[in-house]
Amino acid sequence: MAESLKRTPLNGACRAAGARMVPFEGWEMPVQFQGLVQEHRAVRERCGVFDISHMGVLRLRGDGAKDALQALVPSDLFRIGPGEATYTVLLNEAGGIRDDLIVYDRGRPEDTDGARDELLLIINAGCAEADTAWLRQNLEPAGLVISDRKADGVLLALQGPEAIGRLEALAAVDLSGLPRFAHRTFTLAGSAAAEAAGASAFVARTGYTGEDGVELLLDRAAGCALWAQLLAEGVVPCGLGARDTLRLEAAMHLYGSDMDSSTTPLEAALGWLVHLEMPASFIGREVLERQSAEGVSRRLVGLKLQGRAIARHGYPVLRQGQVVGEVTSGTWSPTLGEAIALAYVPADSTRPGTELAVEIRGKAEPAMVVKRPFYRRA
Amino acid sequence: MALQVPDDCRYADSHEYVRPEGELVRVGVSAFAVDQLGDIVFVELPEPGSVLERGSSFGTVESVKAVEELYAPISGTVELRNEAVLSSPEELQNDPYGEGWLLLVRPSDPAQLDDLLQPASYRSKLEGS
Repeated sequence: MAESLKRTPLNGACRAAGARMVPFEGWEMPVQFQGLVQEHRAVRERCGVFDISHMGVLRLRGDGAKDALQALVPSDLFRIGPGEATYTVLLNEAGGIRDDLIVYDRGRPEDTDGARDELLLIINAGCAEADTAWLRQNLEPAGLVISDRKADGVLLALQGPEAIGRLEALAAVDLSGLPRFAHRTFTLAGSAAAEAAGASAFVARTGYTGEDGVELLLDRAAGCALWAQLLAEGVVPCGLGARDTLRLEAAMHLYGSDMDSSTTPLEAALGWLVHLEMPASFIGREVLERQSAEGVSRRLVGLKLQGRAIARHGYPVLRQGQVVGEVTSGTWSPTLGEAIALAYVPADSTRPGTELAVEIRGKAEPAMVVKRPFYRRA
Repeated sequence: MALQVPDDCRYADSHEYVRPEGELVRVGVSAFAVDQLGDIVFVELPEPGSVLERGSSFGTVESVKAVEELYAPISGTVELRNEAVLSSPEELQNDPYGEGWLLLVRPSDPAQLDDLLQPASYRSKLEGS
């Protein structure tokens, strides 16, 4: 099936930079370049760049765009204003998670004659088709126009303590007025390569690494030029492997592993996204209200393993020798030097300090419930 | 990057190497296998005195990316295991044919050595992969 994999505009550039390519959600993507741990450390200590052009970017336009989308998500979208963004989830009727996404409020952009609201949605590659159909089905009757904002464009994540400074120096943009989760369209200038200079870039101070940084959406030529220039200036290209260890240290969920259509945000420890105090109704609200009142029977927690073996997706979680739950993600944390995991456990085993075990190749390896995130930047 | 295939070793299809040392053999995994695994974080090895049966699993190597079984390239008894590699798995990464060796084994049937791949054959197997 390798021939049917989609390729991002940076596919060739990634290969040229030494990437090992793997299939991921229908795309051929770099899993690592020089080395996973090396890339991980570069992001924690300096700066790294990821090709995330496989992710979906949808544009929703129309009067009352937010009111319409509100019916599909449990987070109060009116807590953000133009230029701000929020992380949230799309729910099904059972309160299960269809996808997780970031909603960017674009206000009323000039090119819509100021007449229509615009939202951008960045969604998971593996859910893009289903999300698009779901949004069309639910939002087109409300008069919204849904389009693919990415097309053959490039989506980059520039992450790490030096990320902001590097982009400011390179493209002569001032990101000081761009707090976390804010976004704006910039014109790249300064020493930006010819193909990128003058290009317009959607820049958001968001990411999936637990570090400061930005995500950028550019057209194909500008994106390729910016990638090449960042690498030429020593920014470390990073693959999906480092992306996974970085997000897991920050205890950020991976859709399809840590949550799916059978888990609610309350079970997935995403209660902070559920704003039941708002009056608006949304799909799945009844289930979440019931769970909120009665409590959930299982919940996602962080685990630290005593030994070096990694508790991987699907491994059983044991309490006093009985299987009580399941690991959803696990890795060796390069920053902490410990094996960490996310797992669903019974509600009465979620308190930090609870002693559990994970069955790894037939052996019960001691594990302890710990606070999330595993890593928080200073 | 050309990966080392030392001439004084024999190789299993599953990428373990065997280096004859007098009556004993030293067992480890090839630089190719180590490179494929990536950042190694955990190694599990049998205790001295354990009996290895050719082709059977005798331990695991775990990297951030994946966990791989180790298969005995030869039958015999474990005389010694590399304790250093258990506490510092990066030794395996850095020096698979030296400090990163895994076991010292007394073969029960030294003739099995002849069934393993010669360095040249192992090299062409890697080039074909």
